[in-house]
Amino acid sequence: MAFLEIRGVSKSFNLNGKSRSGSALPVLRDINLAINEREFVCIVGRSGSGKTTLISLVAGLIEPDQGEILLEGKPIQGPDPERGVVFQNYSLLPWMTVFENVHLGVDAVASELTAKEKRERTEHYIKLVNLGNAAGKRPLELSGGMRQRVAVARGLAMDPKVLLMDEPFSALDALTRATLQEELARIWTETKKTVVMITNDIDEAILLADCIYPLTSGPGATLGPAIAVASAHPRSRQQLSRESQYQQLRRDMIGALVSGPRTGNEPHTERGSTVTAASN
Amino acid sequence: MTRRIDFATVVLPILGLGVMLLIWTILSTTVARDLPSPMKTWEESKQYILNPFFKDGEMNQGIGRFAFLSLVRVAKGFLLAIVIGTPLGFLLGLSAFFHRTFDPVIQILRPISPLAWLPLGLVIFRQSEPAAIFTIAICAMWPTVINTAVGVRSISPEYLNVGRVLKLSRMKTLRRIIIPATLPYVFTGYRLSLGLAWLVIVASEMLTGAPGVGGFLWQEYNSLVYSHILLSIITIGLIGFSLDRLMGVVERRFKTA
Repeated sequence: MAFLEIRGVSKSFNLNGKSRSGSALPVLRDINLAINEREFVCIVGRSGSGKTTLISLVAGLIEPDQGEILLEGKPIQGPDPERGVVFQNYSLLPWMTVFENVHLGVDAVASELTAKEKRERTEHYIKLVNLGNAAGKRPLELSGGMRQRVAVARGLAMDPKVLLMDEPFSALDALTRATLQEELARIWTETKKTVVMITNDIDEAILLADCIYPLTSGPGATLGPAIAVASAHPRSRQQLSRESQYQQLRRDMIGALVSGPRTGNEPHTERGSTVTAASN
Repeated sequence: MTRRIDFATVVLPILGLGVMLLIWTILSTTVARDLPSPMKTWEESKQYILNPFFKDGEMNQGIGRFAFLSLVRVAKGFLLAIVIGTPLGFLLGLSAFFHRTFDPVIQILRPISPLAWLPLGLVIFRQSEPAAIFTIAICAMWPTVINTAVGVRSISPEYLNVGRVLKLSRMKTLRRIIIPATLPYVFTGYRLSLGLAWLVIVASEMLTGAPGVGGFLWQEYNSLVYSHILLSIITIGLIGFSLDRLMGVVERRFKTA
């Protein structure tokens, strides 16, 4: 039995954003996914393909119209810290310091710990993302990259069964993004969490994931067949670029993303060495 | 560069003040001959300004003493306004039911002038002091109520989602997320409320004859000492300006985003 399973999930929105079965816009249709424990899965899709909707469904923030989502065989019911989320942006509470933001997550899940243990756990995860010196700062004093590090630390510090990441690095500049991706690769190798990460960056997916699922373009997006990435963790860009299968993987990914129902106005872009399935 | 800033921040405001004094002088020597000129106003007012805390009877005190009396009254009314207004605003923002029920009432009460509330206060309390404070509170409350409610309703859904994923209790969500996220709006409300409270003080002191800047103004009008009307007006303006600046500083301290 898979650790996390999505079974035949569909979701529609009507135009003012509320879910309804009538004359609604289908966003996701018949999504099926099975993820093993300690697996890093990337779901790659273009902007507007329903990626955030999918992660919100798994997080329990919205409910599917059809189908069900199971964690360890049990259907999920609403949001729960067992499914931690690293949001795309703006999810740090600006009135709290880095420490307080991470501590909020620890405090919410680890009621059995003493105050001192909670503090230590908070500090541990802040150090893990290399922010030891910034613990007392507020999000507004941090760069975008540092803020997302805090978000990752908060997600990990909750010690969730699954960590859901919704395009965590998409708002960052290319260099910062590359650094954070390689650091996430290192952190994941250390912690071995089950991770579902949404991204529009094919290279990011290849760098991090054991298994990549392309999400076809919406409306009515669905998952294409999985593409496995066999290289050992943690990977680095240099190492990947030397592997012959890397170029083949990228070609497969682009093929999978292009073959879906096309809307026609969102061609995939290819700039230099970065391939993205349309940037946000 | 610094010279330019000095020009903009020091020279121009002084110029504006000069123009104002010039217009005042011209008016007092041409069309409005009963209006005391700036010099005459200064001559007749200087004992109130240079010796601001003398007391020579209830309605003959230094301007500092009158200002203090008015400020105490405003402080009481303003505190009452925010103590009632802040929770009311949170309730309106948090509960659609509460909003539907009470928003129409609030929209009707909001535009009522202090001149209309004061007699009602006198009827209810039978004393001028509580009536004045009641009037200040009920007039000054609305910006706090409305800003707080708007602040609660415009909390970014991302922040609320953080609370949902962590399964924070209702109380904890309120304490850790909703209240801090709303504070900047609340303090904007407080600043506007304090401005209104200061506007209302003059009207309520005029009608009740209570000692204070407004009461002094009305008494001096009746005693035909027009220069003291101007003294009161300038005092009211300067204090109102200072209060707004003071609340502006407080407001900025709570800006988080």
